[in-house]
Amino acid sequence: MLSLTINDRSIEAAEGETILAAARRAGVEIPTLCAVKGLAPTGACRICVVEVEGFAGLVPSCSYPVAAGMKVHTHSARALDARKTIVELLLADHPDDCLYCAKNKDCELQDLAESLGIRKRRYRSSSQPVRLDVSSPGIVRDPQKCVLCGRCVAVCNQVVVNDVLDFGARGAKARIICDADRPMGLSTCVLCGACVEACPVGALVFKEQLNCMPDGRVQTTRVTCPYCGVGCQIDMHHKDGKYIYSTATAEAAELQPNQGMLCVKGRFGLDFLNHDGRLKSPLVRKNGQLEPVSWDEALDYTAGKLAAVKAAHGPDAIGFLSSAKATNEENYAMMRLARGVIGTNNIDHCARL
Amino acid sequence: MTNSMAEIAKTGVAFVIGSNTTWSHPVFGSMLKRAVREKGVKLIVCDPRRIDLVEFADIWLQQRNGSDVALLSGLQHIILKEGWEAADYIRERTEGFEDYRKSMEEFTPARVEELTGIPQDKLYAAAKLFAQSGRGAIYYCMGITQHSHGVDNVKACANLSLITGNLGVEGGGVNPLRGQSNVQGACDMGCLPNVLTGYQPITSPEAQAKFAKRWGSQPTALKVGLTATAMVPAAGDKIKALYIMGENPLVSDPNVNHAEKCLAKLDLLIVQDIFLTETAKIADVVLPAAAFAEKIGTITNTERRVQLSNKAFEPPAGAREDSEIIAGIAERLGAEGFPRTVADLWQEIVELTPQYAGMTYERLRLCGLQWPCPTPDHPGTPILHKEKFSRGKALLAPLTYRAPAEEPCEEYPIRLSTGRMLQHYHTGSMTRRAKVLDSLVPTGQIELSPADATRLGVRSGNRVRVITRRGSIVTFANVVERVAEGSAFAPFHFHESAANRLTNDALDPVCAIPEYKVCAARIERAEQ
Ligand code: SF4
Ligand code: SF4
Repeated sequence: MLSLTINDRSIEAAEGETILAAARRAGVEIPTLCAVKGLAPTGACRICVVEVEGFAGLVPSCSYPVAAGMKVHTHSARALDARKTIVELLLADHPDDCLYCAKNKDCELQDLAESLGIRKRRYRSSSQPVRLDVSSPGIVRDPQKCVLCGRCVAVCNQVVVNDVLDFGARGAKARIICDADRPMGLSTCVLCGACVEACPVGALVFKEQLNCMPDGRVQTTRVTCPYCGVGCQIDMHHKDGKYIYSTATAEAAELQPNQGMLCVKGRFGLDFLNHDGRLKSPLVRKNGQLEPVSWDEALDYTAGKLAAVKAAHGPDAIGFLSSAKATNEENYAMMRLARGVIGTNNIDHCARL
Repeated sequence: MTNSMAEIAKTGVAFVIGSNTTWSHPVFGSMLKRAVREKGVKLIVCDPRRIDLVEFADIWLQQRNGSDVALLSGLQHIILKEGWEAADYIRERTEGFEDYRKSMEEFTPARVEELTGIPQDKLYAAAKLFAQSGRGAIYYCMGITQHSHGVDNVKACANLSLITGNLGVEGGGVNPLRGQSNVQGACDMGCLPNVLTGYQPITSPEAQAKFAKRWGSQPTALKVGLTATAMVPAAGDKIKALYIMGENPLVSDPNVNHAEKCLAKLDLLIVQDIFLTETAKIADVVLPAAAFAEKIGTITNTERRVQLSNKAFEPPAGAREDSEIIAGIAERLGAEGFPRTVADLWQEIVELTPQYAGMTYERLRLCGLQWPCPTPDHPGTPILHKEKFSRGKALLAPLTYRAPAEEPCEEYPIRLSTGRMLQHYHTGSMTRRAKVLDSLVPTGQIELSPADATRLGVRSGNRVRVITRRGSIVTFANVVERVAEGSAFAPFHFHESAANRLTNDALDPVCAIPEYKVCAARIERAEQ
């Protein structure tokens, strides 16, 4: 351990720790646009620069290690000024359509501009507008809004390891590409959606988000993915009783089985909930046709028939197939019905199928 | 799984067999790939297809479908011959070593090459890598279990883990990746013909008495009931009524043509589901259920983690929660005190199931708990068998090789396997009604090797007829490099070209799992 001061407060830090990590541990917020939790810093955005006494230039706190006796100022006039200029330059070729952007009020660039007190444009870029990439069925890319933070590239290659996104060029021509610069929909993208969750701005959004502007009625509920056995935890976003889109559960993400990831099924496979074909009434076969009936009629009919089969042929003439899609409580109920009420051990589910 | 998914980062070598992980368990697939890339974890992949994970593997063993016992035993033959086994572990924690060792003698690299098609030097390299890279974790999926010798395959995996001292240690283990969100929980809840909750045997009078007392009911017979794979063929015969909740056997069962005929003979078919599935269409009663996210309840994942899933919104008007429907039927059948609410059901579960006894919804809320969790202050169990096995010492089971029930022949020359795709799930009743997934893969298909496709004169997108002894389907060819010549792979999600019209309903004699993973087929170019 060694000690240093951050904003005149004395702080203990571990050898090799970055200034950013030490500051965050001490509860001092330094903004960043490019850092991804759990990954090595890239130093791409330079928003996290801080002033260190005795250093001529500003220092990127995300990659610079602490040293004993170091005196750091995270919010000095020079640091703030540098940050402000960087953000203003990012805004120079950023479209002004915040109101229509799916990330409005949930945008890290907006937040930064606000906290740095940016109220008017000082720079305007002359670059040509870039077209949207709408080729993917689930993800919309708006390169115009991209701040080249590289988070999407980092998660795609280092976290989900799908190796699709990369920087297409560096410097003034820099942009993000899929594979060898293919439209996303024609690339090897598997639609895990990790890049969208990583993007600090509206450059990568889920298509479903575009149809539903963030307003007070959008709610989030934590559910378990209904597909495979990984049991991913999903923050399900919904409005007025309709599913909209999914993000990986943010709460204690590192403790969840999916560690902040989802696959294409958990990500884009849940809108069956809204499907018109959902069954809405019990049906009973009458004269060869399935006809809608009331719940009472359906349950009376079902119980009556089960009782009749049991009376005529014994309990073992009845079989129960429970469900690997249902909850534990429901499976238990089915098991209790089979064994405790009908009195048969003919109960199974599709574990083998 | 004996161990937890996150341990992949702490293992020395991962051994993946019969699991197309990046398609069937994609998030765990990502964890695996990251462990290889970031932590230098070694990876051995055994699969007849060149699955995506092969790109990340140190060694790929391309066995013939259905020859896994030979592959796994061949590795063990080499490990034992070279003296790479964990002798202390074998002495202290296992029994039956001598018989087992003798049974491994016949699996010489030469014989294994003959049975599996794997070159001897590759097999040797894999044995060495697995035995000498520190902790070794085995991951498998239905490619191991869905065979007429599925139980032998599983035993062969367990043996490999045991002789290398990897069971009960962090970063090791024998880890079946469970295919369905709550297949673990359905088993834990006693939805099996031979056990009550928590695997308490149905043949135990004490266990039966405990449940009968709690339920105020009569114990059932002290004999094991019928499995799903026995109930369907017995339909109309021994079985007169079938109550199916949230399953779609007319797409998922082997030899669907036969299953269809059987179910038609029932006096009563009750189907409870969220859509009018293929099976619901032929039912006598259809009961509309609430889906996940429209109800609260617990789900147990592949690593035995019991997680709470919350209610986001109401089910469609007219649909009811499964638990409410079941209680309604139980009451009409005269059952008294049948639990009506999810909370009441949960209360009974924790009372009757030792592995769940220490759990409460409150404790599950943050990140669930891994069973066994016997007391309210127990932290859960990420790794099983740490100190001892449930039977004391682990039994090393002697094994012999058995060929699949059906091998290719002149009339049916192609080795056909079935399974899942990344974009779809099981019988497709949910994923095919999801817009993005449906647009990604709207139709069924069969993966063919370029060589076989050329011989048949078909290209990707052409229609082909696939024929086995049980039935035939017409579907689209997908010509891909990853399939070996002489093999084909058909995903089973598509009812209109259901791969399970083709599959073999030959069963494993012990656990009654069908042989979905290999049968003999003929493929023809169909009218376009
Ligand atoms: S698309 Fe988003 S995450 Fe990717 S570099 Fe641009 S701003 Fe960053
Ligand atoms: S999101 Fe994908 S990996 Fe996660 S549980 Fe769902 S299907 Fe499985």
